[in-house]
Amino acid sequence: MYAGNKAMREAFGDALVDLGAENKKIVVLTADLTDAVKVTAFKNAFPERFFQMGIKESDMIGTAAGMAIDGFVPFTTTFAVFATSLANQAVRVSVGYNQANVKIATSHGGMCVGADGATHQSFEDIALMRLIPGMTVLVPCDANEAYKATRAAAEMNGPVYLRLGRIPTPVITGTETPFVPGRAVTLRDGGDVAIIAAGMMVSAALEASDRLAGEGIRARVINMHTIKPLDKDAVLKAAGECGSLVTAEEHSVIGGLGSACADLLVRESPVPLAMVGVQDTFGESGEPQEILEKYGLTSSDICENVRHVLNKKTRRDL
Amino acid sequence: MEEKKKTVLKDYEALGDFALQLRRDTVRMIRNAGHGHIGGALGLADFMAVLYGGGMTSDPSRIDDPDRDRLVLSNGHTCAVWYAALARKGFLSLESLSSFRRMGSPLQGHPARKMLPGIVETSTGPLGQGLSVANGIAMSMKLRGSRGRVYCVLGDGELQEGQVWEAAMTSSHYHLDNLLVFINYNNLQIDGPVDAVMKIDPLIERFQAFGWHAVEIDGNDIPSIVETLEICGNKSGLPSVIIGRTKMGKGVPFMEDKAEWHGSCPSDIQTAEALTALGLSEKFQDFPLPEAWKAGETA
Repeated sequence: MYAGNKAMREAFGDALVDLGAENKKIVVLTADLTDAVKVTAFKNAFPERFFQMGIKESDMIGTAAGMAIDGFVPFTTTFAVFATSLANQAVRVSVGYNQANVKIATSHGGMCVGADGATHQSFEDIALMRLIPGMTVLVPCDANEAYKATRAAAEMNGPVYLRLGRIPTPVITGTETPFVPGRAVTLRDGGDVAIIAAGMMVSAALEASDRLAGEGIRARVINMHTIKPLDKDAVLKAAGECGSLVTAEEHSVIGGLGSACADLLVRESPVPLAMVGVQDTFGESGEPQEILEKYGLTSSDICENVRHVLNKKTRRDL
Repeated sequence: MEEKKKTVLKDYEALGDFALQLRRDTVRMIRNAGHGHIGGALGLADFMAVLYGGGMTSDPSRIDDPDRDRLVLSNGHTCAVWYAALARKGFLSLESLSSFRRMGSPLQGHPARKMLPGIVETSTGPLGQGLSVANGIAMSMKLRGSRGRVYCVLGDGELQEGQVWEAAMTSSHYHLDNLLVFINYNNLQIDGPVDAVMKIDPLIERFQAFGWHAVEIDGNDIPSIVETLEICGNKSGLPSVIIGRTKMGKGVPFMEDKAEWHGSCPSDIQTAEALTALGLSEKFQDFPLPEAWKAGETA
């Protein structure tokens, strides 16, 4: 298992090599990004089950659909923005409508692709993948969870979107932390407010929880590693027990985790909710930390939003 | 087994009759539905007749056979003629043809895999996607050592989609000699002649430049189709494409070569006229239709 700081895509590459040895049906396709998506080791270990597809993502995903239809378990690999926006029609029909057993795995999800800037940042991908009927959407929070999520994706029958980050992020889960798709993990208990986070924002949520504790606020932290199907029970339980929620994601506040929770809450159990995420804007070049700060994706932003929803909750109680 | 297959393939009169039956079914299906894509489907009838008349292995009792030949109809809108062929071969009931394009029918307006598992290999409709999936199936079959072949039909206008050329690179890069593409080249798309909308020629040269074995034939000439399929089946290391020059609306004179028949439905009178043109003969046994429509047929 991993510790310290580790990129999720590295763990993904490791998991694929292990899976490849165990399951001869695993094949990997890539679109000229072998090393960036960390599948070089798989390529070297299983060259006959590795397919270089060139810079043509729609064709890669359609080809993977064909291989899945014929019985293989393909992982397609490229950057998040290319697999989801560029190749969306192939994902929708060749994978989604076909119910093809394709695993669309991506690195470079979120804003933290860094200096490549707005064109390469991916903050609509979760929204786009949520829209595909039957698509499971997995957003692991660290390298250990990325390893488990990769294995879980391979074991599931049906299309899966697996979103991974590029930069090394803190490892916050261990061997013993459970990973069951569709079942959120409560990392920290608390009854004043619940922070529901996904991806690398989970570690920011833990940090926020620590800081809030200093102010006497007990914040529950929930790792929502599966955006679809959403763990409705966990969200509703948090709403009922804490009375206010903050979501945190390295994604647009439109269509992602925050939207999914809001959609559920407004139907079932409305409580004050704030969303930490990218507002309706494109990004820009910069160092990951600079981007996180400028676009409001830090633990401070979470704390601020927590205070905001607590204020609303109090006013509502009066 | 092999001998029998060849006998079927070379019986040109039987194949011709089969094609006429598919055309009759296509006209009646679309009339019954009230809408559908008739022109391209009629032009494709001869190729479908050869495929399902023995050109490809197809056995409805063995749809799970991992070595079966596959068909990907990338220009999914022409599916009426495919459904007709499937019904005539026993993959579907003849009665089911009357449900085409209706609510709850497995015969969706564009082929849907989930409705017909083991028969429709991949859902198609949005143009440009089928060849990628056909490649994937062909690559997978090679990887597991299957003897089966993958046939893929593309429309001519469809070649304007960039993904087709992405896929064409993949086919030759991975030496998919178990893949055979047929282009239903009737030179008409919705907005008019293909050349006028967006030129796709020189097609043979373009496919050859992409590393394909490419031939052009009269796509409505059954002996040519049969002969070309045999030649293409023996091209080692290369994917093959047959550019089939077909006639939109082939077999129904008032529809032939007219872009407006891409997606129009004939009236009752036009339907009767079309069926007359396609041969009123005892050898054709048209599929049963609901009573309500039969009444309208003679009106």
